[in-house]
This record gives sequence, structure tokens and C-alpha cells, in this order.
Amino acid sequence: MHEYSIIQSLVDAVEKSVWGTGYRLPVTGDRLSTGNRQPATGNLSRVHRIDVCIGELSGVDTGLLATAYEVFRAGTCCESATMKIDRVPAHWQCPKCSSDIARGAVLRCPTCKEPARLMSGDEIILQRIELEVP
Amino acid sequence: MCQDCGCGDTNLVPVEVQTRILARNDSVAAHNRAHFSERSIFSVNLMGSPGSGKTAVLEATARALGGKTLAAVAGDLATDNDARRLEKAGIHSKSITTGEACHLDAEMVHRALHDFDLTGVEYFFIENVGNLVCPAVYDLGQAVNVVALSVTEGEDKPVKYPTMFAKADLVLLTKVDLMIHLPNVRMSAIEDAVARVMPRPRIISISAQDRFGVSSWIEWLSDRRERMNALMLAAEHA
Repeated sequence: MHEYSIIQSLVDAVEKSVWGTGYRLPVTGDRLSTGNRQPATGNLSRVHRIDVCIGELSGVDTGLLATAYEVFRAGTCCESATMKIDRVPAHWQCPKCSSDIARGAVLRCPTCKEPARLMSGDEIILQRIELEVP
Repeated sequence: MCQDCGCGDTNLVPVEVQTRILARNDSVAAHNRAHFSERSIFSVNLMGSPGSGKTAVLEATARALGGKTLAAVAGDLATDNDARRLEKAGIHSKSITTGEACHLDAEMVHRALHDFDLTGVEYFFIENVGNLVCPAVYDLGQAVNVVALSVTEGEDKPVKYPTMFAKADLVLLTKVDLMIHLPNVRMSAIEDAVARVMPRPRIISISAQDRFGVSSWIEWLSDRRERMNALMLAAEHA
């Protein structure tokens, strides 16, 4: 059950992303802070929503990830943010003729005999955040 | 602008990020990888179910590579038993006790490498926590991923855990000496399952008990190490 540690990394990534925008997060009694915070001055924002992208072959279970998020977001910059999970199916393709290789099939192109290439489905990505600003 | 009119309403500002959530782990893994490659050390991330025979394979490896300097870290939830077994087999070893964590991450390996004498080490084995799911998610800085799969685990194990096998460079099919007691386990079915989850399927059958297949495994290791060193040499002269 590594989804809890993925959430810790996710919260870190959200904090860093907010830092990069020039907006600042309010200081709260968080337990996951990476230090990307400063006392309330101007440009104070709140994270309203985060969008993540999880591939079918990433090794991350989206149900467990959602549960872990509900447990761990309290006291972090994501406390009031909803999380939308975009689940990406595994997509294998022949690198030579670009034919799709069906899920569950032998991962070799039946025509070219080339080993299949994973085109998508291993993502563990923070896509975007939505900030609530005054 | 609501901040001007004073109504108290807020604006929603979307920010495109597109960053890997495990970027921090990946950067520590890159650091570990550089640490190994600068010293021409070939590092192996050995994964597999609990009881698949990872420690026994490493013990057999140490016996076969008698003259070489080997080192290892062994991840375990609660004990240092595996590291002690490896040390006894002649592999300079350290234990990483993970507590509740079901996998090793790059930071744990990095911490273990501190004060680890790597002088003259040719092969560095990272024996991951016994688990077929979580360890596959984390890059540790290894040169290759090897999955130990024992013949008693079921013919369809690979298709049940596709992520780990999709990332593997080699499957070590362990405990093959037990095949005579397993009339319902077909080697062809295991090979078929591996081919459905691993684009370049490569299986070496091995028995740590009677040393069957150990020489093929050593040959594979040595070949991959030579290839890594040749690539590094080419990169230096490029």
C-alpha cells in the first residue's frame, strides 16, 4: 500500500507548483510541509482542485489513492482541494508499423515481430492545479 | 476584480503543471545511478513475492562469483535476517528495515549507501521488500530490474501483476528443482504469461538448491555489466 507515500509526494509537488506561480499558501499546522510556505502577506491563495493522471500500468491503485488522499490531505495545502483522477488505459503499439497490440495479447507485433512499445499507461502525473485567489 | 470591489468573492486560476509526482524520488534515483556508474558498479534491483527465493538466489550468486566483490542492501519490514544471510554468504550487506513500508524508495537506498564501503565492488544487489506491486513503482537508480518468480506461485502470476513484469529486464524462474513435484505447472504456460506482460521476455530457470541455471544467470549479469561499461566508455569518448 504505497499510495500513502504517493500522496505525500503529491502534496509536495502541489506546494512546489504553487510556489512557482508567485502566489503563496497560508501557514497551517500541516504535517507534510516542504517549507514552501511563508506568513500571510499578499497574493494569498488556496488550492481549490488538483488533477492527476494515473496510468493503468503505473502500479498505483486509483481507489486506494483516493482513500489515501482523503486521509492525508487534512492539515496540508490540499485540505480544501478536490482531486480529480484521470485513469489512462495501457496502450501498446508496434514501434515499426504502429499497429495497436491488444491488452492481454503477446506483446510482439504479429506482422513485424517487433517487441511492443508502451505508448501510454504508466503515468503518475500532477497535471494541473486550480488556485482560489482573492 | 473582486479584490477591487470588495465583495469577498474569489477567482479560480488554473495552473498547468504536468510534473511527475515522484520527481523527487526520480532525482535521488539518478543520483544513486551516478554513484554506481562512476565506480563501474553494476546495480541490480531484485524484486519478487515474499518467499520467491531472492535471498537464496543471491547466496547462490555469491558462491558462483567467489572471486568478485559483491555488496547488497536487503529491504525487510521487520528483521535484518536477509542481510545477515547475505553477509554470511560473503556479500558485504546492510539491512534496510522499512517498518510499515512495502517497498524501497531511492531515498532509503541513498541513505544506506552512506558510509557503505564500495571499494572494488563489481555488483551491487538491492534485494527489495517481498511484494509484487509496490516496488515496481519506484526507480532506485539500478542498472537492471530482475524479478524472481518461483514455480509454485502459479502459471498466471505474471498476468496478475503486469506492472512489475513490464518493467523487468529479466525473470528468474526460481525453485525449478520442484517441478518434478508439480505435474500441473507447465513451463510453456509461464512463458506465455510472461510474453503477455513483458515486451522483451527473457526468462532464466534457476535452482539455488542444486545450482541449476546459476551459470546462465551469472553469464547474463556479466554480459549486461560489460554492456553498461562499454556504453559508459563510449559516452566518455563522445
